[in-house]
Amino acid sequence: MAPLVVRLQAEPIDVGAETRFLSEGRGDIGAIVTFTGLCRDEKGTLSGLELEHFPGMAEAEIIRIAEEAAGRWPLLGIVAIHRYGLVAPGEVIVLVGVASSHRQAAFAGAEFIMDFLKSRAPFWKKEHRTDGREGQWVDAKESDEAALSRW
Amino acid sequence: MKILYFAWLRERVGVPEEVIALPENVRTVGEVITHLSSLGENYAYAFEQPSIIRAALDRKHVPLETPLGEARELALFPPMTGG
Repeated sequence: MAPLVVRLQAEPIDVGAETRFLSEGRGDIGAIVTFTGLCRDEKGTLSGLELEHFPGMAEAEIIRIAEEAAGRWPLLGIVAIHRYGLVAPGEVIVLVGVASSHRQAAFAGAEFIMDFLKSRAPFWKKEHRTDGREGQWVDAKESDEAALSRW
Repeated sequence: MKILYFAWLRERVGVPEEVIALPENVRTVGEVITHLSSLGENYAYAFEQPSIIRAALDRKHVPLETPLGEARELALFPPMTGG
């Protein structure tokens, strides 16, 4: 099994440090693909997103998804870090980094993990509005669910 | 049975978790939802569209027709929006 780091945290994600972990001290890594998902301000209407999660299940579900990716492609390392709590526009909500010998497996593994994380990891986003009105819960997209069928 | 609610389901029900004594004829996740809907206006509002509700039994995703079996904890929540 490839080295695997899965973490949920309230603090900002240090993308550089988390990504360096994948190749540090190793000579077998030929490709690292990272995905970073950021909080948008939706044309200035949002002051942030509140990320609610199911603490007992979210981490276990991401580990399960990452292990499935490691079983499908020859991956040499995986990091998956997800924020919870209040996230400000421009901040990173999620980081997925995948290392492999060659780019094809790294691209595919990262995409697979993100597709399943979006629809299977128990997180929910609530908008915080700049005008002070009560924000809405973000609706799930049908396209996210549909993305799973290609795997 | 211990039941957990998340996101707008939690807000509509009014509590994050509770223990509910289920009638004997309630055997599946979907039947729990039907039973909860009958408990009051807040529950009826929370579960007004039962088919969109997602469920986890002892922290594993399950379809709504799944029997409760020996599970100790049922989590009910809207479709997930992480990432």
